[in-house]
Amino acid sequence: MTKYKMHLLVCGGTGCRASASDSIAESLKEQLHHHNMDHEVQVILTGCFGFCEKGPIVKVLPDNTFYTEVKPEDASDIVAEHLVKGRQVERLLYKAPSGEQVTDSRHMDFYKKQIRIALRNCGFIDPENIDEYIARDGYLALGTVLNEMTPQQVIDQVKESGLRGRGGGGFPAGKKWEFAYKNESDQKYVVCNADEGDPGAFMDRSILEGDPHAVLEAMAICGYATGADQGLIYIRAEYPLAIKRLKIAIEQAREYGLLGQQIFDSHFNFDIQLRYGAGAFVCGEETALIHSMEGERGEPTFKPPYPAQSGYLEKPTNVNNVETYANVPVIINKGPGWFSKIGTQKATGTKVFALAGKVNNVGLIEVPMGTTLREVIFEIGGGIKGGKKFKAVQTGGPSGGCLTEEHLDTPIDFDNLLAVGSMMGSGGMIVMDEDDCMVSVAKFFLEFTVEESCGKCAPCRVGNKRMHELLERITQGKAEKKDLQRLKNMCHVIADTSLCGLGQTAPSPVLSTMENFWDEYVAHVEDQRCPAGSCKELMRYEIIPENCVGCTACARKCPVGAITGERKQVHEIDQDKCIKCGACLDACKFDAVTIK
Amino acid sequence: MGKIKSLEDLKKRKQDLQKKVDLRERADHPEAYVQIKVGMATSGIASGAKEIYDFLVEALEKRNVEAVVTQAGDMGYSYAEPTIEVTKPGEEPVVFGYVTRERADEVIEKYIKRGELVDGILPQNYRTIDDE
Repeated sequence: MTKYKMHLLVCGGTGCRASASDSIAESLKEQLHHHNMDHEVQVILTGCFGFCEKGPIVKVLPDNTFYTEVKPEDASDIVAEHLVKGRQVERLLYKAPSGEQVTDSRHMDFYKKQIRIALRNCGFIDPENIDEYIARDGYLALGTVLNEMTPQQVIDQVKESGLRGRGGGGFPAGKKWEFAYKNESDQKYVVCNADEGDPGAFMDRSILEGDPHAVLEAMAICGYATGADQGLIYIRAEYPLAIKRLKIAIEQAREYGLLGQQIFDSHFNFDIQLRYGAGAFVCGEETALIHSMEGERGEPTFKPPYPAQSGYLEKPTNVNNVETYANVPVIINKGPGWFSKIGTQKATGTKVFALAGKVNNVGLIEVPMGTTLREVIFEIGGGIKGGKKFKAVQTGGPSGGCLTEEHLDTPIDFDNLLAVGSMMGSGGMIVMDEDDCMVSVAKFFLEFTVEESCGKCAPCRVGNKRMHELLERITQGKAEKKDLQRLKNMCHVIADTSLCGLGQTAPSPVLSTMENFWDEYVAHVEDQRCPAGSCKELMRYEIIPENCVGCTACARKCPVGAITGERKQVHEIDQDKCIKCGACLDACKFDAVTIK
Repeated sequence: MGKIKSLEDLKKRKQDLQKKVDLRERADHPEAYVQIKVGMATSGIASGAKEIYDFLVEALEKRNVEAVVTQAGDMGYSYAEPTIEVTKPGEEPVVFGYVTRERADEVIEKYIKRGELVDGILPQNYRTIDDE
């Protein structure tokens, strides 16, 4: 039986593969064979190391040597020097920005890019087994709080940690708890907002599916701090697996006496129930959420009164989002000082992002606040798919905006994103490349808000609909120049006069794309042209006469008979009949069909 | 197990549970108690994690490999689902992505039985709260 002594891990991520990591692996194998070491050393292609900027990467195990920017011709040096003679190939080692050579990958700054706090147990424990949660310090924070702290001390710790709401607004969690604590009442409630609605965001679902006890524990802590004995989780019915695991977790916690009467032998009682939502986006707004739980229509009402004064059944209620709660047990266990050292001064801790769109490593990531968009997209995300050019990144879902190249070095936190015309939101991050039309992107998000508007106030109900119609006309090339000004005015009116956050932020995708991609809007209106080539109505298929040999292949394929021409004569496309299906482009073997 | 009555009770229970985990790691039989976690959140299941889970349980039993297969939440590598994490006694955990039945088979035959790595490893690129 062969027993390998060493392993060479060659990055097979999309980025490194584009710079020939396949042939690096091949060359390494050849060299090993040449030195008669192929029975001792194994070459393995791995997934992305997330260090694509310095790729291709080769890592040597067990000594953890990390080689960067390796070329196929370097294989002979790596084998002859490192493996045969045991000397590291210095010129290939990673140089830290300080100029220092780093040999052991564990000391690289790069590994500090992500830290998992809210996701600490996701993918590590069996979410349906409470014992695994307890083995990872589960319910220790609740026990500590009940035995050793007063409610005010708990609130002070959360305040000191600087934790801000992760659902979008970024309101300081400790302050919120304090308001609920100070409002006296015979009954108070703790609510967990699990109505994750942003298109593309799925961190809350992942936390509930991977670590449900973390949320239950935090809600109990919050109950103790605010003086509530009843917890409610508002979750959308379209998250069946999260619901199933929450139910199991609640059952197990009750069985262990971690929910129920006199928890940890104290006078504190707390229990949690689930409330299902039908998945309306507006129900993520806390007043609408509360109305929905009460059995009323899911419509927002004016604040004040805030839920901390008069919330569920008109009792003081504290509402936080899933990810916010997931941070709380760690803050208690590790101390607020530990937590506030991570991130920036104004935004402490981490944020989970759902990275999606035209990026290589689509996934769920957790980075300290203050990480730049460039680090997220190009290092952790592995850059743009297919080596295309980065165009924009959309953050904050339908309430956020599109950011461009010039914003890539902006450190991500609540205030910085607002300052550049977007927002944190719940953490969706959609990356777009040169083929994406920004007018269409704005239209897509507006379509979402139009559908999700509850219809209570006119600016949101009527205004967004009209804006959507205008955008539709622009993408069809039917708009006039003055429509652009009209669109801009509507944006401001809707933002200023809508009742709740949904309407107030609905114009953001339009405003930010107009701000950053004004030329693209103008091209649609003045030249009836879509620069990204994605608006169907503005595309034209044409035949290049010089290339056309009259083979009739396109004419035979055209489903609507829009192409005419005699055999061996140049063909022509009737633009009025053409439905832009692209069949002619695929059929032509002579590159005679082109898109304009 | 019964109710947890006090903080001391919880701490004791935590220690017992951790010992159980440590015992697994210290087992001297090389193939004893390999731990496999299958990422089974909605996105994992949608990419076929359930099938991989069933395959692993069945195949390991047939081939007499003593292993514990458990489900876990989302590991974050959506681009490489389904993902599994394999921990051999006394060794660092290794995460494999893009797991098909064929690759799962390879993981058992090559990695678990013979200690060879197989393609598709996902390098860890984050810190945990224990590192801090």
